[in-house]
Amino acid sequence: MSDTADATNDTPEQTGPMLAADGTPLKRSLNRALRRQKLSALLLIAPLLIFILITFIAPIADMLFRSVENQIVSDTLPRTTQTLSDWDSESGETPGAPVYKALYEDLFIAQERKLHTRLGSRLNYELTGASSLFRKSGRGVDDIGEVFQDQFEDLNDFWKKGENWNALLGSDAWLAEISDWKKSSGDDQPAFEMREGMAELLPETAEYYEIFADFVQNDDEDNLYKEDPWALIYSALYDDLTGPTASQIASYSGPASAELTEAAAAAPAFDAVDYKTAFTEIDDDWGKTPIWSTIRAYSPALTNGYFLNAVDMQKTADGPEFRPDNERIYGTLFLRTLFMSVCITLSCILLGYPVAWILANLPARTANLLMILVLLPFWTSLLVRTSAWKVMLQQQGVINDTLVWLGLVADDSRLALINNQTGTIIAMTHILLPFMILPLYSVMQTVPPSYLRAAKSLGATNWTAFWRVYFPQSVPGIGAGSILVFILSIGYYITPEIVGGTTGTFISNRIAYHISSSLNWGLAAALGAILLAVVLGLYWAYDKIVGIDNVKLGG
Amino acid sequence: MKFTTTLLASSAIIGAGTLAFADAHADMAKEMTLVSWGGAYQASQDKAYLQPYLEMHPELSAVWDESSNEAVAKLRAMNEAGNVTWDLVDVVAADAIRLCDEGLAMEIDADEMLAEAPDGTSAEDDFGDLLVSDCFIPQIVYSTTFGYRTDMVGDTPPTKICDVFDTEAYPGKRALEKRPINNMEWALLCDGVAKDEVYDVLATPEGQEQALAKLDTIKDDVIWWSAGADTPQLLADGEVVMGSTYNGRLFSVIEEQDQPVAMLWDAQVFDLDGWIIPAGLPDDRLARVKDFVKFATDTQRLADQSQYISYGPARLSSAPMVGKHAELGIDMAPHMPTDPANAKNTFLYNYEFWADYRDDIDAKFQAWLAQ
Repeated sequence: MSDTADATNDTPEQTGPMLAADGTPLKRSLNRALRRQKLSALLLIAPLLIFILITFIAPIADMLFRSVENQIVSDTLPRTTQTLSDWDSESGETPGAPVYKALYEDLFIAQERKLHTRLGSRLNYELTGASSLFRKSGRGVDDIGEVFQDQFEDLNDFWKKGENWNALLGSDAWLAEISDWKKSSGDDQPAFEMREGMAELLPETAEYYEIFADFVQNDDEDNLYKEDPWALIYSALYDDLTGPTASQIASYSGPASAELTEAAAAAPAFDAVDYKTAFTEIDDDWGKTPIWSTIRAYSPALTNGYFLNAVDMQKTADGPEFRPDNERIYGTLFLRTLFMSVCITLSCILLGYPVAWILANLPARTANLLMILVLLPFWTSLLVRTSAWKVMLQQQGVINDTLVWLGLVADDSRLALINNQTGTIIAMTHILLPFMILPLYSVMQTVPPSYLRAAKSLGATNWTAFWRVYFPQSVPGIGAGSILVFILSIGYYITPEIVGGTTGTFISNRIAYHISSSLNWGLAAALGAILLAVVLGLYWAYDKIVGIDNVKLGG
Repeated sequence: MKFTTTLLASSAIIGAGTLAFADAHADMAKEMTLVSWGGAYQASQDKAYLQPYLEMHPELSAVWDESSNEAVAKLRAMNEAGNVTWDLVDVVAADAIRLCDEGLAMEIDADEMLAEAPDGTSAEDDFGDLLVSDCFIPQIVYSTTFGYRTDMVGDTPPTKICDVFDTEAYPGKRALEKRPINNMEWALLCDGVAKDEVYDVLATPEGQEQALAKLDTIKDDVIWWSAGADTPQLLADGEVVMGSTYNGRLFSVIEEQDQPVAMLWDAQVFDLDGWIIPAGLPDDRLARVKDFVKFATDTQRLADQSQYISYGPARLSSAPMVGKHAELGIDMAPHMPTDPANAKNTFLYNYEFWADYRDDIDAKFQAWLAQ
């Protein structure tokens, strides 16, 4: 742009840049002035822009993002997903012992935070049975940890009390603060601080105690000082006392060193837990590969799983595959939605065109009166209108009764006009008709009647005059009406739900089901994103073929 | 007479107890939003629980929100937005389990939060098996069962669930709910599967195929409903010869609207409806809700509700107190799904099974419907 501007300014007699009154080059000064104008224009529209961004674009973007979002698996089971990444899902064998141990630790924390059932619901979309598997396992993990808890507590009563644990693991400064703190005082509870050296001496215990302390202080809002630790802390302590850092215990001389040394001596003789056996005792499914493949496949923070589901495919070990025939539904529904929206748009054109023509050619007073009749349905509740169609169309309904009475239809073969595609098309054509008539009417009003008269006086028949002269001028109205009706109908939901039966429902009905009933918002978002893409694609195609400039909503 | 005095005495004690409790918690919220299903059911809750409670607590203003059929989704959205405006939500048990799993409902300690039975039985024992989730406070037992047009079935009215699948003996359309739950079980029962094996069979792909194949035999004769009011309307208009819906809806068609419809109780499926408290309520609102729930789910209040609608109270101790309909004056006991004459052959909704298989079977069911 600026290049061309330069080129036009470069007249032969001009050598240096043209200067403004204040001596700056004219171009820069002009730019500055323009920028100021643009800025003030931007400021003027800023409230609207921000409003639209916050209330419209952001929620849609957020909703669409859910179609790929999948942090829940790695957030809830961070250690499991990490250790599981080495596992070969095609080996047909279940993962090794470290994975089960990681699962125990993750699941323990998750069930304390009550996140495990949520993950179960999430994975149940991919693997039937995951929901109860996680619910059951959440109840079972406590028992696993209690094996160690009991042994430590039998060894020495010291390990029973939360205070003693705090004395061992908490820093002196923190201990002084917390022992003075009272919940009733209203002050914030002093945040837990680990004693120095503990993270090296008892690495696992320290790690989980921090999580425990954080949970008690911030989520439960209880006084950590008096809180007895989770069973998980005992199993961590056992691991530390029998692990690589155990040799350092002898040189430890801080608080509770006697108890710790005693425990370190006793720990190797404790009954250990085989986590794999423990989990398969909770549920057989942990001893089989499908749940592990599923967890592994859905470990990444982003997934294409929802989109695959939305096009009737699924993730398998060999990559995406089509689902079995008896589970495919979305492709059919997308095609049906498009087909029926086209049918509805066409019938709206057929019915709306003559009405708009009459309105446009009547004297203003009569036209206004008739216009009220067109608008009247707008002022009635959508549900009322749809339900009225039920009364009209059902087999014992008004239309069938009339047909039987007229003898056009036998009593035992009444027409099925509702709970199928016919019903949806009839009811939706009625509901969307004003959206076709209004743009048509306003475009037709601008067509001068003299054109038709001129065509006829030049010898055209009625049909030729209409088809060659009038109709082309009304096309922008048809375009606007069709876009409105088509886009409205493609996302319609209430009417198909009520009168559509099984063959007359739209993709939006499934989206609604996943939003409000199955809570599979990811899949709903993926379906919605595809629908949005289809609409935008059709709009683009329309622009290429017909040209969006040809659409007129009014004169 | 003696019974009435006991009643009065016990409600007076409960009333006094609640008042004392209220005084002890002067910092209870002054507003409360209750969520329910609208219609006759919500009206029964209003008359049986809320109005008496408001009389005792004139400072409280309570509003109903008729959003129960979208409660799960709305509560999740509210929770994500960090602004839960509901205080107490009426949901079916399956939704309560779902909300509990999602961490959207508060866990309940029945003995601590709910009133004892008049004879001192603990709340936990009084509700018994009906406490199907840690977050769920049951109110009523309802059933999904069939009603049929008495004038369209000839001289031999249907008596068995399998008559629904017999289009030769009972020609005409049937109304079934547009979801797999209940329909799959009925189909298997009528395809020769024993009652206690239904869920084992349904857990296998072959069993699911079998159920769908059985449903396929009547597919052309089915009108699928999605709102509870559909079947009563279809029956009243003579659009269907028989249809499934909630027994309370059928009661209203038969007794209140006097339509030529009768109940087919065979293989009715019991389900539960009750309260959940949204997770994370502020202290003052929580105190109010706890106070209200304790009152609204006591033995007398649950029994009172059955004067207005034909759903069975969820407490064992309420059952003997079920009386007559408040307006029609008819005995309510024979209209209860739990009445021995009606409950000869019943089915209990298997929550655990459907929580696991819902997504899978629903996909197959919807694909089958769309074929």
